Amino acid sequence: MTATRRFLPGWLSSYATLYILFLYLPVIFLPIFSINTAATPKFPLSGITLHWYEDLPKTPALIDATWNSLIVGVSASILSTVLGILAARSITRYRYPGRRAINGLIMAPLVLPEVIVAISMLLVMLQLGLSLSLFTVVLGHVLICIPYSMTVLTSGFEGFDRSLEEASADLGESAFGTFRRVTLPMVAPAIISSLLVCFTISLDEFIIAFFLTGTEATLPIYIWGQLRFAAKLPGVLALGTLLLLASFVLMTIAEILRRRAARRTQNEGGLHA
Amino acid sequence: MTVAAEGSPPLRMAGARRNPLLQSEAVQGFALISPTFVYALILLVLPILVVIAHSFWTQNYLTIDHTFTLENYRIALTEPIYRDLLWRSLYISLTVSLLTVALAYPIAYFISFHGGRHKSLWLFLITIPFWTSYLLRVMSWKVILGYNGVLNSGLMGLGIISEPSDALLYNSTAVIITLTHAWATFAILPIFVSLEKVDRTLVEAATDLGDGPLRSFLRVTLPLSAPGVISAALIVMIPTVGDYVTPKLVGGKDGVMIANAIQAQFGKASNWPLGAALSVTTMIIVSLMAGATVLIIRALQRLAR
Repeated sequence: MTATRRFLPGWLSSYATLYILFLYLPVIFLPIFSINTAATPKFPLSGITLHWYEDLPKTPALIDATWNSLIVGVSASILSTVLGILAARSITRYRYPGRRAINGLIMAPLVLPEVIVAISMLLVMLQLGLSLSLFTVVLGHVLICIPYSMTVLTSGFEGFDRSLEEASADLGESAFGTFRRVTLPMVAPAIISSLLVCFTISLDEFIIAFFLTGTEATLPIYIWGQLRFAAKLPGVLALGTLLLLASFVLMTIAEILRRRAARRTQNEGGLHA
Repeated sequence: MTVAAEGSPPLRMAGARRNPLLQSEAVQGFALISPTFVYALILLVLPILVVIAHSFWTQNYLTIDHTFTLENYRIALTEPIYRDLLWRSLYISLTVSLLTVALAYPIAYFISFHGGRHKSLWLFLITIPFWTSYLLRVMSWKVILGYNGVLNSGLMGLGIISEPSDALLYNSTAVIITLTHAWATFAILPIFVSLEKVDRTLVEAATDLGDGPLRSFLRVTLPLSAPGVISAALIVMIPTVGDYVTPKLVGGKDGVMIANAIQAQFGKASNWPLGAALSVTTMIIVSLMAGATVLIIRALQRLAR
């Protein structure tokens, strides 16, 4: 039996390694083929070049799409984090009837087919006479970012030592003063982490932007348009590699901050819980 | 992922508080959540109600006829093209969720039981690919499975096949592979969380009482982690039914799914009521399938005990 015990972890860890390989395999091909001289992605590489990267800043449509994505990402992440803070604070701090149901509703976009969320918002916006623009994309992105923001923030708010706030109030701070000088510093890392997570989601989101945008393209919509042309593939791969790096850096910072926040309130959880 | 939000109840006020105070607590809490709640009502509940309403109407060119009719549902459920698309979407999403959960379970188990000090590192490694653009992940599968793709050139280089195979891309198998890869992270995390909650002393007790490692796993660990398996299955199943990008990019003719038909009704075909009816039908069928999955897993859990 000790033999099986020793054998099992060994077998499992090689499976785990293989699985990680499977997870990373497709991702690895992006950077590899983005420095290939030939436009068709196949081995062996015909030569190494950086010229697909050099072409990127020379494409006006791409520059516009980048600006649009930044505007949408920043607005959506700020809005959803503000709404997330309110909700997460309410869920972790107060107890009232209907709390679970409301929480369930707010988290629902996580488990609804995105196409259906997108077309239902499209219908309402058209009925309300809103013209489709980056603004409508922001509205849609906020809806799907809130659940992620909530997950990050509740892990930062939970286990928060309320006696600190009570002490501050007892010592004469106003409710706002207590929030600004006691609560906020404790939860700041979780808030920044939520901003980064929401920004990353908005930056990568395609379906909702695809339905809700007017004439302005975000980066994923620009990429979608380029995918039709085989000759444009290496440029898309180069762009994808840069986006991959950006997401990776943002998510690493977000994760470090989230852990710091969780440690401050002596609680583990968040995206992994 | 809702676990963190619902896992631990908020701290109760110490000692007994009188009723008016409790009530003001409730009012404060509700007031605080109301902006987010109202946002979700306006941008999620209202839109879904509007879709449901549309599904009972009809459209003449640009005007919507508001007379109640079930015609759209008749078309959605009996026209062969939509019926086939619905079946295929359900088949694909069911296969994908089975595959993802089966492939993810050992990983979650490994990290939870043998991850040791590196648990968080493993989890982080698993989440990274998920944070790369979905569009680009699907794209890279196209690069791998394509006619001139990595797999074909690799197999030819090894002399296993003499000419590139076109059977790899543009079919439902390609869609299943791509989706299984795309949703892996979502399946691992909930299973991991529920495995973390399994009381290790119970496993020890089973072993002490003479159960072998396999038996104690099947009778203790596996049933106790059923909640995680359920949420993993649902978190993968529900969104994949309505996936649009993957069938469009790697599905070809044989891999078209219901979302592509829904999109067409709101785009080129411009028949909103039919698109709405297809959406509602999809949501209802997915909910039924999700409910059935929960019941089946719970029944299996009871059997195992």
